[in-house]
Amino acid sequence: MYAQMIKSTGEGVKSLDEMDPQERAFQERINAGGKIEPKDWMPDGYRKNLIRQIGQHAHSEIVGQLPEGNWITRAPTLERKAILLAKVQDEAGHGLYLYCAAETLGVTRDQLTRDLLSGKMKYSSIFNYPTLTWADMGAVGWLVDGAAIMNQVPLQRTSYGPYARAMVRICKEESFHQRQGYDIMMKMAKGTEAQKKMAQDALNRFWGPALMMFGPSDENSVHSAQSMAWKIKMNSNDELRQKFVDECVPQAEYLGLTVPDPELKWNEERGHYDFTQPDWDEFFDVLRGNGPCNTERLEARNKAWDDGAWVRDGLMAHAAKKRAAKLAAE
Amino acid sequence: MTNATQEWPLFEIFIRGQHGLSHRHVGSLHAPDAEMAIKNARDVYTRRNEGVSIWVVQASDIAASSPEEKGSLYEPANDKVYRHPTFFDIPDEVGAM
Ligand SMILES: [Fe+2]
Ligand SMILES: [Fe+2]
Ligand SMILES: [Fe+2]
Repeated sequence: MYAQMIKSTGEGVKSLDEMDPQERAFQERINAGGKIEPKDWMPDGYRKNLIRQIGQHAHSEIVGQLPEGNWITRAPTLERKAILLAKVQDEAGHGLYLYCAAETLGVTRDQLTRDLLSGKMKYSSIFNYPTLTWADMGAVGWLVDGAAIMNQVPLQRTSYGPYARAMVRICKEESFHQRQGYDIMMKMAKGTEAQKKMAQDALNRFWGPALMMFGPSDENSVHSAQSMAWKIKMNSNDELRQKFVDECVPQAEYLGLTVPDPELKWNEERGHYDFTQPDWDEFFDVLRGNGPCNTERLEARNKAWDDGAWVRDGLMAHAAKKRAAKLAAE
Repeated sequence: MTNATQEWPLFEIFIRGQHGLSHRHVGSLHAPDAEMAIKNARDVYTRRNEGVSIWVVQASDIAASSPEEKGSLYEPANDKVYRHPTFFDIPDEVGAM
């Protein structure tokens, strides 16, 4: 999802009997629904996996501001502009909640930032697609935030306390995001012929990438068993993807738009929609850095970091000066 | 990518909600000094009127108990059940107490 490709130790999940007493106590606490807090003992793998997962999640929130930021200056009305601005500001907040959760595990903010800027750490593939029209603001809020919610709601129960608490805050804010997106789609879908076409085009372009947000198919995500045992992943990728499709289809129908999947149909027996898997070759290619906007996104983040250096340094110098003056006066 | 100075220090943020409750820990953020930490906390943690008062404390100034001391710190309370009102049986005839 926002952390789509977490490679864990890959050693397979140990049974309780194979664990030493400390690890066993740790696992039993998780099994009983207990929370792990920053100063508690934890296995190295748990710590490393969480840093990667929360870090990727944080980076996704931060980079995720770019495709929507693209439309703030060109929103069709002042009200839409103010709403979009508030939405994008929330995403910055989400990034900050998550960075602060990651930092409780012993990684520094600067290290995380460096790893994002160098391309060493990833962010969600979805943000490497361009936002070409205003309708894309609708599709992103409706589908991208919608998919994010699907993943984040269960993570409120994750075993790591600071991560779970960040998720609670984030989830409170996400439904505004999804609703403002759907609201844009309703307006467009009921508008002129040209607006309706724009809405359909946005759905066509974002449907596949939104399905990819849940990560590879279960049979190809070999590392999830350990994450599930540690309760840092609560549901399988396919399970969440199916839930997302089931929720979106009636919403698209209400808009009078067509989900771009000729195989999409209700399966009475399963009680779910059958649907076509997204293009996984495209997904892995985007993750490797070859999506339409990978270069642009990283360049924008690097530029923001570099251009902000004098502000960071200046405020530090100012704070030091004030501290010195205060000491001298005492 | 420049790395001129070290990163801004980490501040822990505490917010008093609307309803007269105590300040509660809500998270942390980086800022050059306490004054900026309060300004940033306003934007990060109270975008929806979550609070009426903000405390910031530099994280390095916080002393915390360690999980290993859990036993010795809290166990003495366990055998003093009489501290809880439910320890005492008061007859129904007495009325609410
Ligand atoms: Fe978000
Ligand atoms: Fe969002
Ligand atoms: Fe988001």
